[in-house]
Amino acid sequence: MRVRRLAAWTALPLAVTLGLAACGSGGDGGSGGSDSSVVSIQIAEPKHLVPTNTTETSGSQVIAGLFSPLVDYDAQNKPYEVAAQSVTSSDNKVWTIKIKDGFTFHNGEKVTSQNYINAWNYGAYAPNGQDTNPFFEKIAGYADLQGKAPKAKEMSGLKKVDDLTFTATLSEPYIDFKTTLGYNAFFPMPDAAFSAPGVLKDSYEQAPIGQGPFKMKGTWQHDSKIDVERYDAYPGEKPKVKNIEFRIYQQLTAAYADVLADNLDVLPTIPTESLSTAPSDLGDRYKTSPMSSFQFLAFPTFDKDYSSPDVRKAISMAIDRDEITKSVFKGSQTSARSFVAPVLPGYREDTAGKAAEFNPTEAKKLYQAAGGPSKIVISYNGDGGHKDWVDATVNQLKTNLGVDAVGSVEPKFADLLTKVEKKTPVGAFRMGWVMDYPTMEDYLGPLYSTNGSSNYYGYSNPEFDKLVKEGSAAKTQDEAIAKYQQAEDILAKDMPVIPLRFGENVFGHSSKVKNVEMDLFQRVNLVKIEAAS
Amino acid sequence: MFRYILRRLLQMVLAFFGTTLIVYALTFAGQGDPIQALAGERPVTPAQRAYLTEKYHLDATGVGGFFYRYFDYVKNLLQGNLGESLTGRNIGDILQQAWPVTVRLALIALAVAIIFGVTAGVLAGIRRASIFDNSTLVLTLLVLGIPTIVLAPLAQYFLGVKWQLFPPTAGSDPTFYALLLPGIVLGSLSLATALRLTRASVAENLRADYVRTARSKGLVKRRIVVVHVLRNSLIPVVTFLGVELGNLMSGAIITEGVFNIPGVGFNLFRGIRTEDGPLVVGIVSVLVVVYLVSNLVVDVLYAVLDPRIRYE
Repeated sequence: MRVRRLAAWTALPLAVTLGLAACGSGGDGGSGGSDSSVVSIQIAEPKHLVPTNTTETSGSQVIAGLFSPLVDYDAQNKPYEVAAQSVTSSDNKVWTIKIKDGFTFHNGEKVTSQNYINAWNYGAYAPNGQDTNPFFEKIAGYADLQGKAPKAKEMSGLKKVDDLTFTATLSEPYIDFKTTLGYNAFFPMPDAAFSAPGVLKDSYEQAPIGQGPFKMKGTWQHDSKIDVERYDAYPGEKPKVKNIEFRIYQQLTAAYADVLADNLDVLPTIPTESLSTAPSDLGDRYKTSPMSSFQFLAFPTFDKDYSSPDVRKAISMAIDRDEITKSVFKGSQTSARSFVAPVLPGYREDTAGKAAEFNPTEAKKLYQAAGGPSKIVISYNGDGGHKDWVDATVNQLKTNLGVDAVGSVEPKFADLLTKVEKKTPVGAFRMGWVMDYPTMEDYLGPLYSTNGSSNYYGYSNPEFDKLVKEGSAAKTQDEAIAKYQQAEDILAKDMPVIPLRFGENVFGHSSKVKNVEMDLFQRVNLVKIEAAS
Repeated sequence: MFRYILRRLLQMVLAFFGTTLIVYALTFAGQGDPIQALAGERPVTPAQRAYLTEKYHLDATGVGGFFYRYFDYVKNLLQGNLGESLTGRNIGDILQQAWPVTVRLALIALAVAIIFGVTAGVLAGIRRASIFDNSTLVLTLLVLGIPTIVLAPLAQYFLGVKWQLFPPTAGSDPTFYALLLPGIVLGSLSLATALRLTRASVAENLRADYVRTARSKGLVKRRIVVVHVLRNSLIPVVTFLGVELGNLMSGAIITEGVFNIPGVGFNLFRGIRTEDGPLVVGIVSVLVVVYLVSNLVVDVLYAVLDPRIRYE
């Protein structure tokens, strides 16, 4: 009797749950689902969607669909024209940019050269606080737009010739200018984006109007999603799918669960926690492709402990890179033995030479001869999943060099940088780099020149600076690459940082899509992707 | 009663300013370099730095600067302006979007706690030391012992991915069904507590004098339990659930993250992670109000449920 009544009590809630389950599964699958014509792609909440203010991956993924770049990059990562008809210069200083006829903005406006000039001036004008501001610094007149109360609102180097042609005069010759034009800072913005000349409408960012293969469907639904649909008047290569939903996730693990359940179509980054199970979970829907990220260990070259190149070389030789990429990263990253990423024109293998080869006996000898410190500290930021490989590296240093080595954690990368900038002794510290456009200069300039924007380690070699400068002022690409390569050779000698790993896109997709490709900038190719029938 | 509520309201004003001041101070004291945090690992341009510094008064440093910024904030707050997050979004808008889904989730969690927790608690209380009582004891201890950070992904993996009974994530505009699994996960903790509370209370009341009187009058057991015991036993449970509702409204950082529900906890977590001081302070200020109000409601409810309690 007692048992039976108990059963009745538990049966009721169970029946309620089951009843709900039954009606739920008949519905749309819960979270808006994806019927065959909508392809969903994971992103994080973008910070901004104005082309001149977008530098992170999620934002640039969305605007890569809404806009069409002047140039894109081919399989060898050389630039070719897309929205541009031609980008030419006789002296690498005055560049003539002709845009293709037939491009229209999604509101029907014809794309003219003035749209480019307006957008670029907006980006370069310092009081607008745009993130991509420094990308315009090579254009003549850029300096006049800087500071709290700039002298001018327009760069003197930009001149309209006719509706489809304009010239960009640089302050000094720059061979790679055409390559930089693929970056999203150089997208045009329509007249409808501005409420007055140089003043962007607040509403523009909520529904950016571009000239690309997709147009906004509704507005940016913060923390939720961004819907786009095919723009039929787009004159370039037509996308295969009609609708794309960029679905916003805060945690990659949640998105990963959705891909497994076919609830999300593309996950551009597999979360680290799932790297070991992903190949078996996803089968042939688990993919990898090259990208540009470069992880390295930097040394405060001003600190006497690490000022000798031999100490840095010895530390480099004591690290077994292959072991770490295999055991910690499960093959999702590859060992780096050069100072620029393999995807670049001009990349050579093993430019760091012997110094990046694992050789514990030689390392120990060299370290002792050079009088390296008795304790090596490696600082890293605790919020980026770096603990595992730093621990592994530290253990290798302990074993192979016979010194004490510890990892030291800072809460955030910003905290680490603040300490480095104040020259607080933090020991060696990790850094990473992702390119903005595929040129060697994009690595060499900011990272190792004396005034480089990310040279936090105080490395300075006048010879190196000169070669990079000569490279960017070269007459031809080949000549430029030769100079850059000479500069890279100097790095191999001085070893201001030690290369550790190159990244890869490690991504997965649902069984509902095919032809999923990712580019060097961690973006899904929106034109190629197709619904699987 | 009226005087009591009035006095409590006045206390709330003080409590509100006290807590916001502390939260504001903590958020900005613990902050490293919010502008660098915003940019992630790329270098911050001088233009961007100057722009943000001016916009958020980050150049006002030291004690004087802190109070300048705090009073500026409070002034805007009193005008109903919660300010802008570091990414330039209006915090009022963010909350307006985040709130409805969090409230729905909280109500589901609460309903789960009431339906299952109170029912099972009454049963366990009536049949002390039975198999049912002992098994619920073990189960609730288990649930209380497993943190949400383990429970939520496990539930998601098994019920969402493996057996596909529920959608694995809820998304921004979820159906009731999609919110059910996160609701159950979130409610399980309150469920366990509500169950233990109800059981103890029922068991105690069953031994009370008035129950013995009712029984000797010849009332049927069902009537004794439902009308007399249950009503009296629910006082502590209602108190608990009232406070719990305030808790749940503040958003469940872990649950909302795991199930991708863009509610209050989701935004709070992002604010903390990206060192978005204005966003964190904005959300917490509103949460302070939610807590104060829900506490007041619970205190007033005491008097309504138990006429012996009077506030003067």
